[in-house]
Amino acid sequence: MKAKIHITLKSGILDPQGKAIEHALETLGFKNASNVRMGKYLELDLRETTQDRAEAEVKAMCEKLLANTIIEEYRYELNT
Amino acid sequence: MNFGVIVFPGSNCDHDCIHVISSVLGQKATPVWHKETSLTGLDAIILPGGFSYGDYLRTGAIARFSPVMGAVKTFASEGGMVLGICNGFQILLEAGLLPGAMLRNKSLSFICKDVHIKVENAATPFTGHCESGQVLKIPIAHADGNYYTDPVTLAALQANAQIIFRYCRPDGKVTPEANPNGSLDNIAGIRNAEGNVLGLMPHPERCAENVLGNDDGRVIFLSMLDALKKASLQPKAVEV
Repeated sequence: MKAKIHITLKSGILDPQGKAIEHALETLGFKNASNVRMGKYLELDLRETTQDRAEAEVKAMCEKLLANTIIEEYRYELNT
Repeated sequence: MNFGVIVFPGSNCDHDCIHVISSVLGQKATPVWHKETSLTGLDAIILPGGFSYGDYLRTGAIARFSPVMGAVKTFASEGGMVLGICNGFQILLEAGLLPGAMLRNKSLSFICKDVHIKVENAATPFTGHCESGQVLKIPIAHADGNYYTDPVTLAALQANAQIIFRYCRPDGKVTPEANPNGSLDNIAGIRNAEGNVLGLMPHPERCAENVLGNDDGRVIFLSMLDALKKASLQPKAVEV
């Protein structure tokens, strides 16, 4: 099973990188872009075939190491 | 006294700390490799600055799971003094030994320069040699020093006098302009509720002797030494 994990700063927490990118986009003429949020993307293979257990494991990974839940939120997809 | 200086892969201020402890304070400094699991015989622990594990994922996120960190947690829970400087502070946050988290500097830049910090609480084992309100000039060198915590935790930090250092102007005024990195409430250093764990972003070990043109950082190490000496005079010394 493959897990695709996205980690971003929580909404409401200033994202200086997102702001800088938004400003750069604007400078380049992309006036329609707003609320740019910069994040991390991780992919991993999981030796687990049960959807429920895979989900529990990925969630535990996010809570324990991959995301700092004081400042970040995460979401993930699982594909066989 | 015997100060343990934890060495993670990527630590780069460990030798500066060892130099200050041994040459400036005249005390014993023991480097402790991150794979150690015991801190027996050590009187205080310093987590030095650097880029542990290359700052991969988040600063301090991987170092906090080093074998030695279990021993550091036990040491702290038994009342031992733990000082985290810069990356050491970031590791203490990730380990949950101090509350909050670090965000990227507001400017997105790595900032390396002298800043002024105000001693907000001189009644701690880390600041006993200072006067309340004293201004210290100490350099910072970091990209992730923008301290953040939720409003409830911030209120608790303020109410319990856990904010020990705040970025200020040379005259001691705490202003938004004196804040180099966007840190919440100009926070440069905090302690835990029990008072025996301190983290700060500035580097006192880089300015602890006259020959370097600035010895403002020395007071922090002297304060720690005094607190240890006082504690050792008491039987079953746990109070620091």
